[in-house]
Amino acid sequence: MSEKPKDTAVTNPAQSQGAATLTKDPAPGETLLKVTGLQKHFPIRKGLLQRQVGAVRAVDGLDFEVRAGETLGVVGESGCGKSTMGRLITRLLEPTAGTVEFEGKDITHLNVSGMRPLRRDVQMIFQDPYSSLNPRHTIGTIIGAPFKLQGVTPEGGVKKEVQRLLSVVGLNPEHYNRYPHEFSGGQRQRIGIARALALNPKLVVADEPVSALDVSIQAQVVNLLDDLQQELGLTYVIIAHDLSVVRHVSDRIAVMYLGKIVELADRDSLYKAPMHPYTKALMSAVPIPDPARRGAKSERILLQGDVPSPIAPPSGCRFHTRCWKATQICKTTEPPMLELKPGQRVACHHPENAEDQAPQDTVLLSAAKEAGELVPDAVLAESAQTSQAVANETAAAKKPAVAEETAAENPAVAKETAASEESAEDK
Amino acid sequence: MTAPLHEPTAEAAPNAAEEAAVAGAEEAKQAVQGRSLGRIAWERLKRDKLALTGGIVVLVLIAIALLAPVITGLVGQDPETRHEDLIDPLFGTPTGSLGGISGDHLFGVEPVSGRDIFARIVYGAQISLLVGFLSAIVAVILGTVLGILAGFFGGWVDSFISRVMDGLLAFPQLLFIIALVSVMPNSMLGLEGTSVRVFVMILVIGFFGWPYVGRVVRGQTLSLREREYVEAARSLGAGRFYILFKELLPNLVAPIIVYTTMMIPTNILTEAALSFLGVGVKPPTASWGQMLSSAIDYYDSDPMYMVIPGVAIFITVLAFNLFGDGVRDALDPKGSR
Ligand SMILES: Nc1ncnc2c1ncn2[C@@H]1O[C@H](COP(=O)(O)OP(=O)(O)OP(=O)(O)O)[C@@H](O)[C@H]1O
Ligand code: SF4
Ligand SMILES: [Mg+2]
Repeated sequence: MSEKPKDTAVTNPAQSQGAATLTKDPAPGETLLKVTGLQKHFPIRKGLLQRQVGAVRAVDGLDFEVRAGETLGVVGESGCGKSTMGRLITRLLEPTAGTVEFEGKDITHLNVSGMRPLRRDVQMIFQDPYSSLNPRHTIGTIIGAPFKLQGVTPEGGVKKEVQRLLSVVGLNPEHYNRYPHEFSGGQRQRIGIARALALNPKLVVADEPVSALDVSIQAQVVNLLDDLQQELGLTYVIIAHDLSVVRHVSDRIAVMYLGKIVELADRDSLYKAPMHPYTKALMSAVPIPDPARRGAKSERILLQGDVPSPIAPPSGCRFHTRCWKATQICKTTEPPMLELKPGQRVACHHPENAEDQAPQDTVLLSAAKEAGELVPDAVLAESAQTSQAVANETAAAKKPAVAEETAAENPAVAKETAASEESAEDK
Repeated sequence: MTAPLHEPTAEAAPNAAEEAAVAGAEEAKQAVQGRSLGRIAWERLKRDKLALTGGIVVLVLIAIALLAPVITGLVGQDPETRHEDLIDPLFGTPTGSLGGISGDHLFGVEPVSGRDIFARIVYGAQISLLVGFLSAIVAVILGTVLGILAGFFGGWVDSFISRVMDGLLAFPQLLFIIALVSVMPNSMLGLEGTSVRVFVMILVIGFFGWPYVGRVVRGQTLSLREREYVEAARSLGAGRFYILFKELLPNLVAPIIVYTTMMIPTNILTEAALSFLGVGVKPPTASWGQMLSSAIDYYDSDPMYMVIPGVAIFITVLAFNLFGDGVRDALDPKGSR
């Protein structure tokens, strides 16, 4: 730690933004983190000789970037590799393949000491507030650890800075000498946040920061993260297993399925017009805040079967075993990630709300037919019509009026179908 | 931003409520100074009457062992002087009732030799506790170091250490110890007679005891290593040594203490068994196990000779076990606070 420049020893990193780091802050909107072809395969070893018999392909080729000042939400079912992704970009895990660049610097294979200076810029908030704080350390020790480990002495001393951080996250600064077990889950998560903020990082990766908390406390912690972002100009990657949390805070959202990103879009585009069938299914499972749509229970999409094993993921599109639109091409060819609309990238042969990428391939797989039975007719009808509308739109690009008209009709038709179906069920 | 996740609440109000709830659960005087888990354990232990009794007995035993010459001096006896005048020349048993218990000889005298049993019990405590404690320390040091190495570094280090532990646990240790101690020379490394035997017993009992500690420490280390606070330390740039000494070790102290207190009585019993079998401490040095062994011949003519060392062993082991159980309960994080 002796090679650190002298001035860092006296700067208060939380107050003088960026002074503690060697690089200049990127302007908002610039790429802060860039991930290319990122993979992590956990070897499965068996037998006396520990021979490798296979691998868990937890993360299997991710490409995305995080822009300075934004919040990228990452969602997906349990086991799809979200935490692994978070640990790869914070370099707590060594990637199997691909690259991670932070502020243009390749950090993919930096070792512990090479990463150490960068640790100030990239911090992590953990999922479990009970296991993320060492029960034998006081709060002062826990929040002071970043200074100790980085060899930084904040202005006014560590104790004063820790107390300041405690008040920043809404805790009593006098609780410096208390132990983690004396706090509630929500308070512990605030302590974890204070620790992550201690060195004034640029990027904060939060792995399901509220999923272990009571619903009533979740909102407080999410709001705190939101406020801190505005005050400190933080960039977030927030991981969640459903869309309700990320919807509130994200600027862009990446949807993961079995180790891959299937859709990456601006929040509003994603919510207004999800393109990947999996995104659509995930969204239908979210409780709808809009009271006008609350009655639309029948639009909920139940996915068929379980998530396949990441040890032997399905061929072609990994979602084809559960997708109600899957055709032959889905089974054989992996759909490329394409920007079908500005700010919306999706990997699907037959996307919703967009032009069909493989219109010649129309015969549904038998699995898709079964899956389709679990999908409400209203959704199917709506999806058919929107796709039709998009097709019309592209075909008759010169006559946008027609397409608009069709599009405008759709919701009405869908509602009608839904209503008639519901009344049919009643009988 | 847009759609709030849940009903937006004022930041301060529920937060204050949360804090009040936590604070309410504790005494007000500790409002600022936190209570460490060690403090809490001590407070819990103080409330456990049985464990406290065990602990006091243990302390008394330690005092007896340390002050053996003073105590025997006070009653005017020593463990090796023969009082053959008190022995019935025909049967070899002590004259007088209950094995010759009297004001001079509180626990009576030994058959044939007439040595004072009280003094021998007091000196026997020295051997029992010395072997019990030191062999436990040997086992705990070896077990902790090797257990941490196995759990923390994993891979082939773990495989190797685990196989060694399995091997030692499957070993017929008592037979091995008997064989080893009985072929010990009478002097070694500048030690003579009894000291050699005590020294070898400590090392051998400790050596065969470490896998029990090692297994527990390895398992704990494996589970602690995966805690998120270890990842948090790594994400701040901590190296292996910081994680080992600052994050893991403080959490291993509790199980190590528990195992030490549980191991001492076992080792005391092993020492007694070895001396009973004649391979431990040799007369005239006093040892409880060896007294029991010579009492066998007089079990019906002088039953007190057998009862007294038996009770001494029983009380000692019981006290250590009660205390150890109490410590374990007090340190158990799952117990009520
Ligand atoms: N250290 C590891 N060794 C082997 N397999 C692992 C390891 N860590 C994760 N995995 C596997 O990788 C896959 C992805 O795990 P990961 O924890 O990233 O999922 P996740 O999306 O975070 O899930 P959750 O929502 O449950 O937290 C899982 O199948 C998991 O079993
Ligand atoms: S339509 Fe095909 S490519 Fe698209 S998600 Fe379904 S299976 Fe995958
Ligand atoms: Mg996870």
